[in-house]
Amino acid sequence: MLKLTFPSPEVLRRFPFGLADIAIILGTLVLLGLIARVGAGALTSFVPPQVVPSVSLDPHHLPYYAARSTLRMFIALFFSTLFTLIYGYIAAKNRRAEKVLIPLLDILQSVPILGFLSITVTGFIALFPGSLLGLEAASVFAIFTSQVWNMTFSFYQSLKTIPQELDEAARLYQLSGWQRFTKLELPAATIGLLWNAMMSFGGGWFFVAASEAISILNQKYTLPGLGSYVAAATSAQNLPALGWALVAIIVVIILVDQLFWRPLIAWADKFRLEMSAAVEVPDSWLFELFKAARLPRLLGQALTPVGEAINRLLSALTPPPSSHSAYQNDQQNESDDRLYNFSLLLIIGALLVAGLHFILTTVGLAEVFKTFLLGLFTLGRVMVVLVLATLIWTPVGVAIGFHPRLARLLQPVVQFLASFPANFIFPFATLFFIRNHISLNWGSILLMAIGAQWYILFNSIAGAMSIPTDLREMAKDVGLHGWLLWRKLIIPGIFSAWVTGAITASGGAWNASIVAEVVSWGQTTLTAVGLGAYIAEATTVGDWPRITLGIGMMSLYVVGLNRILWRRLYQLAETKYHL
Amino acid sequence: MTTTAKTDKVLIAVEQVSKSFPRPDAKGEFTVLSNINLTVAAGEVVALLGRSGSGKSTLLRIMAGLIPPTTGQVISNGKRLQGPNKDVAMVFQSFALLPWLTVQENVELGLEARGVQREERKKRALKAIDLVGLDGFESAYPKELSGGMRQRVGFARAFVIEPKVLFMDEPFSALDVLTAENLRGEIDDLWNAKTFPAQSILIVTHNIEEAVFLADRIIILGSNPGHIRGEVVIDLPRPHDRTNVRFQALVDYIYTVMTNPEAEVSKEAAIAPKAVPAPPPKSPYAQSLPHARVGGISGLLELIVEQPEGKEDIPRLAERLQLEVDDLLPILDAAVMLGFAEVTQGDVHLTEIGRDFATTTIQRSKDLFRQQVLQHVPMVVSIVQTLREKQNGSMRADFFIDLLDEYFPTAEAEQQFATAVDWGRYAELFEYDASEERLYLPEPVAADSKE
Repeated sequence: MLKLTFPSPEVLRRFPFGLADIAIILGTLVLLGLIARVGAGALTSFVPPQVVPSVSLDPHHLPYYAARSTLRMFIALFFSTLFTLIYGYIAAKNRRAEKVLIPLLDILQSVPILGFLSITVTGFIALFPGSLLGLEAASVFAIFTSQVWNMTFSFYQSLKTIPQELDEAARLYQLSGWQRFTKLELPAATIGLLWNAMMSFGGGWFFVAASEAISILNQKYTLPGLGSYVAAATSAQNLPALGWALVAIIVVIILVDQLFWRPLIAWADKFRLEMSAAVEVPDSWLFELFKAARLPRLLGQALTPVGEAINRLLSALTPPPSSHSAYQNDQQNESDDRLYNFSLLLIIGALLVAGLHFILTTVGLAEVFKTFLLGLFTLGRVMVVLVLATLIWTPVGVAIGFHPRLARLLQPVVQFLASFPANFIFPFATLFFIRNHISLNWGSILLMAIGAQWYILFNSIAGAMSIPTDLREMAKDVGLHGWLLWRKLIIPGIFSAWVTGAITASGGAWNASIVAEVVSWGQTTLTAVGLGAYIAEATTVGDWPRITLGIGMMSLYVVGLNRILWRRLYQLAETKYHL
Repeated sequence: MTTTAKTDKVLIAVEQVSKSFPRPDAKGEFTVLSNINLTVAAGEVVALLGRSGSGKSTLLRIMAGLIPPTTGQVISNGKRLQGPNKDVAMVFQSFALLPWLTVQENVELGLEARGVQREERKKRALKAIDLVGLDGFESAYPKELSGGMRQRVGFARAFVIEPKVLFMDEPFSALDVLTAENLRGEIDDLWNAKTFPAQSILIVTHNIEEAVFLADRIIILGSNPGHIRGEVVIDLPRPHDRTNVRFQALVDYIYTVMTNPEAEVSKEAAIAPKAVPAPPPKSPYAQSLPHARVGGISGLLELIVEQPEGKEDIPRLAERLQLEVDDLLPILDAAVMLGFAEVTQGDVHLTEIGRDFATTTIQRSKDLFRQQVLQHVPMVVSIVQTLREKQNGSMRADFFIDLLDEYFPTAEAEQQFATAVDWGRYAELFEYDASEERLYLPEPVAADSKE
C-alpha cells in the first residue's frame, strides 16, 4: 500500500510477467544448470593414493575451477550457518552449556586452522574411501572452520542482547518457542550474522586456496579448483597462468559480492532493531529487480497456507513455558551446580594430565622448549607486521576517513582487498625474493602482511569517519596540528577501531605464518625459522606428535596474546576512548 | 457524567508479596518490594505512583507473571499465578514493537500465539487498528511511524486479545508532551465511552497529573524498600476535569505527599501531612542522597529566587520546567537536604542561605555549598575524614562503593557515589580521577589557601 515507487499492480497485470520476472526465471535456470554441472564433478570416483585428479593449466578450464572452488565456499557457508544456529542457540539458552561452550568457542577461534588440514584430510579420506568426496569434505571443513566461529559469536551475542521489553512482550503474549525464534530471535540476529558471514566468507578464499592442494605424508592431494591451479602453476613456474588465476579470483569475488551478499544485505536492512530510519540504506540492483518482479510475490502468496500449517505444527511442538520453573531452577539448583562444576574440573584435570603425559613421553620437554623459541620468532614477525601496517596505513586511513566522499568510494575497494586471498600473491613474492636473494626470515613478514594489513587500513578509515565533525573543527579552531593533533584527537578517536582491526590482523597473520614461512617456486623452496614453518614441515612428513605440539603451542601463543594484550586494550578502548 | 462502573469483582489480587534480588558476589539479598497487598477490581482504573526506586515496575511485572515474587502470591482470575498472566496485556514504555513486522503483523502477534486462524486474525486485527485510529497504516512498518503512532500500535496489540486487565508501564513517558496529551485523552475517552476492550486498567506512572487524570484510585509507593504508603481515591466525575478545583487540590496534595517521604497518606486527601523528622541513619553511608547535580540545584534555586517572596507552587514549577516528578523531586530533595529550601503544603520557598547561594558569586557559593554539605551530608564528611586519615590522602573508589553496597543495590550504590563525588568536587573537598578510580584530597594552593 505504501510502496508506490514500484510498478503499480495495474501495470503489472497487463503482462503475465514483467521483464524483471523473465530476468529472474532465466537467472535461476542458469544457476541451477551451473550447480548441476559443477556439482557432478565432486562425485567423481578415484582410488587414493594411486590416481589423483590432475589440474590443467589451460586458462579455458579456469571458469570450471573457479566454480568448483565457489561451490565449496557455499557448502561450507551452509554448514557454518547450520552450526551457528544450533550452537549459538544452545549456548544462549542453557546456562550450564554456556559455561562450557563460550570459552570453548574462544579457544577454537584461536587455533590455527591450517595446521589441522593434515589431520582432517586423512580422516575424511578414510570416511569416503574411493571417492573424491573425502578430499572435498576436508576442504569444505577447512573453510567451515575459518568461517564459523565469529558467526556463532555474533548470533550468541544477538540472542543475549535482545531488548528486555521485547523479551517481556514475547513472554506475556505467549509466543511459542518456534514463534519466538522466527519472529523475534532470528530477525534480531540477522544483520549481525550476515555481516559476520560476509566477512568470514571473504577470509574463506584464503583457506580454499590453501586446502585444495596439500601434501601430507609425502603424498600430494589435489582437488580441481582455483587453489590447486595456482599450486600447479607455481610448481610449473608458469607466470601467465598465475596471472589468469588472479583475474579469475577477482571476477569471482566481485560476482559473489554483487549477486549474493549485496542483495542479502539490502534485504536484511528491515531487521534493523533501531527505530530510527538508517542514514544510509544499503542498495543492490539485484534486490531491486526481485522487488520489482511479480513472480516472487505470487510464489510467496501461494505458499502462505503451507507456511501457516508448518508454523502451526512447529508452534504446537514448542509450547511457551507456562510456569516460573525456569527461574526457580536458577535459584534452587545450587547443589546440582556444584556437582556440575566439579565434573567440569575433573574433565579439565584429566585433559591436563593427558597433555603432560603427551609432553613427557611422546615429544619430550626439549621439543616443547624448541617450539616455544620458534614461537617467539613468529610472534616477532606478527608484531612487526602490526607495527609496520599501523605506521603505514593509519595515516592513509585517517586521510581517507576525513574525506567522506573519498571514503565511500574507497571503502568497498579496501573491503575487496581484505577478502582477496593473499596466497594468490605468494608465488610472485617468492619469485621476487629468489631473484633478489632476500631471506624468507624477513620476506615472510611481507607475506604475512599482504593479507593482514587491510584490516588496519579498513578500521582506520572507519575510526576516522566516526570522529565527530565538531571535534575536528574545534581542533582546527584551537590550532592543533601535526603530532599534537594526532596525540590529542586522532589517536584517541580511532583507538577502538584500531584495536578491532589489529585483533583481526593479528589472527590473520598467525594463520598465514603456516603458509608464509615455507614457500616454493618450481623446485626451489625457501624456509624461515619459525613456528609456522615447524608446523608446515611436520605436516609434510606426517609427524603427528610434532603437528599436535606445533598447533598446541601456536594456540597457546594466540590465546596468551589475547588475554595479555588485546583484552586489556579492548577494555581501555571501551571505557576511556569511547566516543 | 457517569462515575466508575466499579464492581466488587476482584480480577487480580496481590497477597503479601515481597521481592528481593540476590546481591552480586553472593553477599545476601537486596529487598525491592516488601509486603505488598493490593487488588484490582473489574471496572476501575488503578494507578501505581511512585518515584524511581519504589519498585513500581517490578510490581507490575510480578502481577503480569513475568517475574516470580520471592514470597507471597498473586491471584489472577481466582487462580494462583505460576507464569505469564494470560488475563493481562501490556503496553510498554518503549512500545516493544518488532521493527521487521508490519503494523498488522505486530497486532496479530498475540492472536497468532493463541492459535487463531488467519482470516479471523486479520478481521480482529483490523478492528483493533481501526479502534486506535491507525486505519490505512496496516502495512506500514513501525520505522515509518511517529512515536505516538507507534504507541497506538502498542495499544492495538494489547486490545486485540481483549484482556481482562490492561497493564500500562509508563505508556506516555517516551512521547513528547503534546503527543502524550493527545493519546492520553483518547485512551480516557475510550474508557469513558464504555467501549474499552478491557475490564480494568492498571497504569504505572511517575506523572502525578496523569495519575489524577486517568485513575479512579492512586496507590502511592514508597522507596527503600518499595512498600505501599497508602491510596488516594479520586472522587471526581469522569472524565476528570483539570480545571476543577478539587482536581488541583488532589494534585497539590499528592505532590506534598511525594516530597515528604515520612508523611501519612490518607484516602480522602484532606488531612494536612505532618512532617516527621527522619530518624538519624545508622551509618553515614546509609543516608540516601537524591540524584541531583549541583548545576541542577543551583539552577532551580535561581528560578525560585526570582519569584515574589522566593516561593513557588511545586506543580506549577513542574509544568513551567516541563519536568516530571522523577526529574524534579530529586533536585528539590537535594535543595531541602542541604538547607537551601523548605517545602510546605505543595510550595517550595528558599531559606536565608538558599537565597544567598542563588544570588552570590561562584567562589562564595562554593564556600556556602561546602559549609552546607559538611553540615548536612555525613557521607561526604566521612569520605573527607577517611582521605585525611590516609598518609597519601587518597583512596580507591571501590572502598566507598563497597561501604554503600551494604545499604543499596549495586547500580544505586554507584549512583550514590557519583552524586557524592559531584557534590564533594564542587565543594572542593576532594578530587576524583576517573581513569584511576581514585579520590584525592585537593593539593593545597600554595599562597592563598582558603583555610
